[in-house]
Amino acid sequence: MEQGSLRLKTGLAEMLKGGVIMDVTTPEQAKIAQDAGACAVMALERVPADIRAAGGVARMADPTIVERIMKAVTIPVMAKARIGHFVEARILEAMGVDYIDESEVLTPADDKYHINKREFTVPFVCGCRNLGEALRRIAEGAAMIRTKGEPGTGNVIEAVRHCRQVLDDIRRLCCLPEDEVANYAKEIGAPLEVCMLVRKEGRLPVVNFAAGGIATPADAAMMMQLGCDGVFVGSGIFKSGDPAKRAKAIVQAVTNYNDYKLLAEISKDLGEPMVGIDISTIPAAERMQERGW
Amino acid sequence: MALIGVLALQGAFREHARALTSLGADVRELRQLPHLDGIEGLVIPGGESTTIGKLLMDLGMMDPLRQRILDGMPVYGSCAGLILLCKDIEDSEQPRLGVLDATVRRNAFGRQVDSFETTLPVKGLNEPVQGVFIRAPLITRVGADVDVLARVDMAPHGGTGEEIVAVRQGRILATSFHPELTPDTRLHRYFLDMLA
Repeated sequence: MEQGSLRLKTGLAEMLKGGVIMDVTTPEQAKIAQDAGACAVMALERVPADIRAAGGVARMADPTIVERIMKAVTIPVMAKARIGHFVEARILEAMGVDYIDESEVLTPADDKYHINKREFTVPFVCGCRNLGEALRRIAEGAAMIRTKGEPGTGNVIEAVRHCRQVLDDIRRLCCLPEDEVANYAKEIGAPLEVCMLVRKEGRLPVVNFAAGGIATPADAAMMMQLGCDGVFVGSGIFKSGDPAKRAKAIVQAVTNYNDYKLLAEISKDLGEPMVGIDISTIPAAERMQERGW
Repeated sequence: MALIGVLALQGAFREHARALTSLGADVRELRQLPHLDGIEGLVIPGGESTTIGKLLMDLGMMDPLRQRILDGMPVYGSCAGLILLCKDIEDSEQPRLGVLDATVRRNAFGRQVDSFETTLPVKGLNEPVQGVFIRAPLITRVGADVDVLARVDMAPHGGTGEEIVAVRQGRILATSFHPELTPDTRLHRYFLDMLA
């Protein structure tokens, strides 16, 4: 018998595909998410919009909150650890969390290195803005990738930018003559072997979700059409007027992302969406996407 | 070759489609009711059974699919697919097809850190398969018409004896593990042979 194999780690991500992973802060919210059809929840002390508003240092959630949420639902429960904070990650693993998000939403704990994720039994998901970042995280052992977007803004533009950038980088890698690949790997700061794998398959070797600014069913469907495997919705649900209804609509949008009549139907009467933030009004130093190396 | 519908509402439908295509089957992804027209077999992939069950209800696909299976269309469900096929789900009222006379226990081995791989013999296959169990369910009761195809030793999981992880009831096949995550297509071949 074998546990913690790469196949088991990437395999759970494969099972999450075509689904919506929702940020929740209470057992009640977790139940609403599960009832709406979420394929997993992210257990947090505060959603990104509130972390952004509160400022200061954002850390791993209190284990009590995560445990209560784990008890409340039967779907997988994810939780966030700070970038590089391998002890927060070990604590979450010991609690039996199903997936760890080494996340730029929290304040980084290491200004040079990410967690060595290969050493863990629990799988990790990490954010990226381009292929280089994605492949560095995969080389470190990430079993799932997501766009960073700009969390807590309800503004999809950064998620779109990051998704397109990754795809653009992959297309470039695939059409380069083989003798230029090593230099391209150097340019984007990614290991050559992983670059060769991406080149061979024409895609990332792990599941890739959209995250960071998705607030409506239309946002979710657009990210699916751009080629993402599924969607994280952070503040977008529980910072909106009617979370249960919006959550259910986003779940449907991710499954039938090409059916515009259905998308029109499910987008009706969802109540107030979360208040969005224009990215240009956020000073560069406060953009969470800049965190990670 | 037969047209197989792979339920593509959520989960690892791509992997099943790839395995079936490699065996020469025509595959259609099922996301809405009209997609059921003309399919000769059905695969329900792994994923979240609560998510898939809710979408089956919301999209009005649950009753028509159940009827097709009761009318004799062969079906294979892995993991979440197995859960959706079972008549009884321990501690859960979640929507289901309920065509397989068995009781299932969800997340029976624990959480993701308890997920595991092991080799296990399957009745009808010459060599053992690599069983990939991810937050996997177990079958705790089977009806008289259900043939047990595989069991797993519970000793490494803090239990005793053996528990059921693969079954067949007529033209219904179900496994709690994921052959679609391995290069081994023998169980998909076994399923396609059920169409003959």
